[in-house]
Amino acid sequence: MNLLDIRNLSIELINDEQNILAVDKVSLSMKEGEVRGLVGESGSGKSLLAQALVGVLDDKWHVHADRFHWRGIDLLRLSVEERKALLSRDIAMIFQEPMACLDPTTAIGEQLTEAIDSGQLTGFFWQRKQQRQAAAIKLLHKVGIKNHQSCLKSYPHQLTEAKCQRVMIAMALARRPILLIADEPTAAMENTNEGQIFRLLSSLNQLKNMSILLISHDLENITYWTNTITVMYSGQFVEAGTTAQIFNKPLHPYTRALVDSSPSANLHLPSKSRLKTLPGSIPLLQHLPIGCRLGPRCPRAQQACVKAPLVTHFHEHKVSCHFPLTTPTPFTPSPKKIIKGA
Amino acid sequence: MSELLEVKDLCKSYKHKNYWFNKKSTTVLAPISFSVEAHQTLAIIGEAGSGKSTLAKLLVGAEPASGGCIYLNGQALESSSYKQRCQHIRMIFQDSGTTLNPSLTILQLLDEPLKLNTPFDEIKRKELIRTTLQKVGLLGDHMNFYPHMFSGGQKQRISLARAIILQPEVIILDEALASLDPSLRSQMINLLLDLQQQMGLAYILISHNLGIIRHFSDNIMVLSHGEVVESGKTRDVMSNPQHKVTQKLLLTQSFQLKSKRR
Repeated sequence: MNLLDIRNLSIELINDEQNILAVDKVSLSMKEGEVRGLVGESGSGKSLLAQALVGVLDDKWHVHADRFHWRGIDLLRLSVEERKALLSRDIAMIFQEPMACLDPTTAIGEQLTEAIDSGQLTGFFWQRKQQRQAAAIKLLHKVGIKNHQSCLKSYPHQLTEAKCQRVMIAMALARRPILLIADEPTAAMENTNEGQIFRLLSSLNQLKNMSILLISHDLENITYWTNTITVMYSGQFVEAGTTAQIFNKPLHPYTRALVDSSPSANLHLPSKSRLKTLPGSIPLLQHLPIGCRLGPRCPRAQQACVKAPLVTHFHEHKVSCHFPLTTPTPFTPSPKKIIKGA
Repeated sequence: MSELLEVKDLCKSYKHKNYWFNKKSTTVLAPISFSVEAHQTLAIIGEAGSGKSTLAKLLVGAEPASGGCIYLNGQALESSSYKQRCQHIRMIFQDSGTTLNPSLTILQLLDEPLKLNTPFDEIKRKELIRTTLQKVGLLGDHMNFYPHMFSGGQKQRISLARAIILQPEVIILDEALASLDPSLRSQMINLLLDLQQQMGLAYILISHNLGIIRHFSDNIMVLSHGEVVESGKTRDVMSNPQHKVTQKLLLTQSFQLKSKRR
């Protein structure tokens, strides 16, 4: 059974003059214990999608979906309160720029104990207070902060960015979520710190069997840590498949361009040679092209591209393009299992 | 003299002003020496606080050095002569959007360094701005636009135009490629490489992304706590890192490489 199953989710910005379709019919499904990468350049609506998932978008945004199932429960049939209760219990989210997300005027300890819900606690109020404190310390140990005393007392600006992100992850873990949405957890972070955070997330995934939706703008950063990847472009679904499929046999011209444009993926290229890339830049939300939004930049665009393509399935590999790069043979051998940490 | 830029024993330390008798100082940059040739790129990597950005500031003259000399074409650069320095060494910053004044048009933005540094009249300046904009892949008519009308990649191109408009010899890229999206980043890399070939520019590239460094640079210098721990040809250092710091920095890179081989 799929943990999360979303079909044709659209997010529309309601405006006075015209409504803007920021996310156009994106499908996303996740299995239990899976690490899925959600890749797209800025303005591709990946953060919007995540925010719609946890239901934090305000009234300006209209969210519409054909199917929205969470562990077999149809969320579209539930009332808003029921849905919020269910999702806030099971899904947690961490944001980019952890320093900015934590309250700068409150000590870490207070912020962390606040995140622990009182359902886990028993007994009288003095016992509860102790349990709360103990739970906070336990959470800090879980995310690899050993020196819990000084960490609990300090304010966000006194910690490094990687430590702040660890605290954010600890807060997200407080309710023992089943799905963790990490929205660019390592944006603007040093290489070494980036590795630490990714290792922590992957160990949580393996030990706690927690599913992770890893959002990133850069394909090359997350390939090592993900099982499956969904690629988005300018609010449209592009391609989904296992990491190996996406990286080695991309079907969509955009995915191909993403792989080609990363210098570390193309070690065979002599240094200082030209990198392959798409011309032009990402369209603004006010001036979206009709049909396939990649159209004006796509090297394979033809007349049919003025209509948005339907999603084609090749087993687990889904692509949304009129002219995919290679049409895989109908029978493909089962994709190789990816062993992490090997 | 084949070296374009030569740095000898450049160092930087900050004095604490608190104590009158017990003066203390922190060394941010130990004396370092290196040289860059025309048509070459020197990459500088290191962890946070290793003195990369301080080095960039010293080179461009934003901060006075505590000691040492910078030679450009064999000529010593005075720390006070900004006029001489800003014509030859230019810098591009990480966040291109915030370095452009939002209340000026691109024409006014690019006109400023020309007014201050060249004897050209208005028509000549305008023509130069037009050709420079075309060089970085924008249209000449873009000069009447304001910065907010451009996308992130285009803003980065404008700051590149501002850097090359005085025909410099050295350009310092302080994390200039970090905030760009992948497809725009490779466009920018291609553009930088083209300009390097056309104008014989030397780049000093400060970056975290080892893939870009591998692709883009000829020489590499690894800084740690203000000291050079390893330097040499990029290919040699990347394939056979000697120092512990370099190995640690390259570790994150090796993750990405492994995933490729699958």
